[in-house]
Amino acid sequence: MYVAVKGGERAIDNAHAWLAEERRGDTSVAELSIAQIREQMSLAVNRVMAEGSLYDPDLAALAIKQSRGDLIEAIFLIRAYRTTLPRFGYSEPVDTGAMACDRRISATFKDAPGGQVLGPTFDYTHRLLDFKLAADGEVAEAPTAEPRTEETPHILEFLQGENIIEQEPELDDEPGDLTREPISFPAGRAVRLQSLSRGDEGFILGMAYSTQRGYARNHAFVGELRIGKVPVEMEIPELGFAIEIGEVELTECETVNQFKGSKTVPPQFTRGYGLVFGQSERKSIAMALVDRALRWEELGEDNLGAAAQDEEFVLSHSDNIQATGFLEHIKLPHYVDFQSELELVRKLRREAQELAEDMAAREAAE
Amino acid sequence: MSDYNFAYLDEQTKRMIRRAILKGLAIPGYQVPFASREMPMPYGWGTGGVQVSAATLTPDDTLKVIDQGADDTTNAVSIRKFFERTAGVETTEVTAKASVIQTRHRIPEAALNEDQILVYQVPIPEPLRFLEPRETETRKMHALEEYGLMHVKLYEDISQHGDIATSYAYPVKVEDRYVMDPSPIPKFDNPKLEMAAIQLFGAGREQRIYALPPYTKVVSLDFEDFPFVASKADHPCDLCAAEDSYLDEVILDDAGNRMFVCSDTDYCRSRRAEGHVGRLGEQEGAAA
Repeated sequence: MYVAVKGGERAIDNAHAWLAEERRGDTSVAELSIAQIREQMSLAVNRVMAEGSLYDPDLAALAIKQSRGDLIEAIFLIRAYRTTLPRFGYSEPVDTGAMACDRRISATFKDAPGGQVLGPTFDYTHRLLDFKLAADGEVAEAPTAEPRTEETPHILEFLQGENIIEQEPELDDEPGDLTREPISFPAGRAVRLQSLSRGDEGFILGMAYSTQRGYARNHAFVGELRIGKVPVEMEIPELGFAIEIGEVELTECETVNQFKGSKTVPPQFTRGYGLVFGQSERKSIAMALVDRALRWEELGEDNLGAAAQDEEFVLSHSDNIQATGFLEHIKLPHYVDFQSELELVRKLRREAQELAEDMAAREAAE
Repeated sequence: MSDYNFAYLDEQTKRMIRRAILKGLAIPGYQVPFASREMPMPYGWGTGGVQVSAATLTPDDTLKVIDQGADDTTNAVSIRKFFERTAGVETTEVTAKASVIQTRHRIPEAALNEDQILVYQVPIPEPLRFLEPRETETRKMHALEEYGLMHVKLYEDISQHGDIATSYAYPVKVEDRYVMDPSPIPKFDNPKLEMAAIQLFGAGREQRIYALPPYTKVVSLDFEDFPFVASKADHPCDLCAAEDSYLDEVILDDAGNRMFVCSDTDYCRSRRAEGHVGRLGEQEGAAA
């Protein structure tokens, strides 16, 4: 007698036990600690914090450990955790002008107040495998200097002084909150930026790259890229003033984009903006390019029909947690739908065959 | 899991979801946007249904979870376990005993009653999506009741294939107003959409909730000369001999032998308990 497959629950438990064992790997090799991941896999930790939308390096490191290094899975763990946290309120906007910069470069000016600071970058490293690292990871101490004391103003402010770059009007409008309101289109720039900031790095990179290759090209220069820590302040109602509650590391990219002017706007430079948790350089530059591409309408540019100009397309497909969930759900049982398709195709084929036979018979008769 | 609130979601979130459900019930078939939360299971795996169930459940409820009509499919097991852990509600596999039933891809065979709520997991809530991918356009089309595109699609199916080539997620019109996607249930289930129970549809990733109040008029789209037919495999169940249930086709051996069994496992079980025996079934209790 046929017995339907039962025991799904035990199969699931066993699968998870095996997964835990696989995650640990060979037990004769020392286990990774959260601190090791946090300190030595810090760019992975940064990506998980950025796309998980939660600034907590220890939790991100834990998520990476738990997910066997699958960063999208780690981001998912962080998102699912984050959604359960109570909201105490909103911080004051962070002042990236007051950032303690570890890195600050401009591709538009050879020098500017605050200087060019390369910081800890892969740029100009030769990508040669360092076999010494396989033996021992000891490094010589890097040379140090006194931190700069002078201000590090935003480089685009100098263009603003000349009135040659678009002015970003200061608004007191409360920005929307992507995680508390369902998104609707047009989303507006604030929500757009929120969405891009937590969007999948690979997707945003691909979109940005497509603009560089000519699908709505917007001639971007990196006006400034800065990485460093900024204080986060929050107004406490009981106190009536803002106090510092911590600091976060951010990467900010401002692009300067060529612009001829349009029916509504005189010739001037325009801006694209990227802001991402942690040291996330690639992501913040890509974000700035996509932001700029999405601004075609407000700047009175033509819709060239490029994917990167299409707000609904970009925002609806940039979230890797949504994308991976829906993509992978096709692993789930679909017996019922498939059965109905099976019957439909059989019926259509039967009808087509009957029709063909009918035609053949008629032709033979003629 | 005891650190989490009853049924996992916090009360504010549940309140927000309940408001969307009430709005959905007030405008049958209309897709209500809601601020869907990230759940601890992936989007596309029932997060919409889970959020609707979480907002609907009370501690006195008895929950049943089915996927493809069965209580023991892996994702149904996983979701049932989630609510056992986070809500501590009683669960059952018996359709008649459940007060809330979360389902994916099926409507139970046994008629539901006025004290029951059926919660559907919905992947793509927009029936017009594959005719027009833009949400900005489809919302307009719904607002203007502009459903010509859908009828043209059905007509083209007939002219091309001789039949409407949609066998599941077959579109319906609700109370002569909104065209609605009944979720990917086989069209065999469509006539059951007019029922005594409340039906709630949750699409988590797409951030939409919609609903059918009890006894709402639900009509599967068709043409006068091409009436809608709720089809199923032309066999009785090989285990319980039911002629009226939706069947899964199971491949038995390398020779390609098949059998057909009820997709609704509880329906099949209860019929066998009543003594019905199919072609390959055995008298209940006769075999070890």
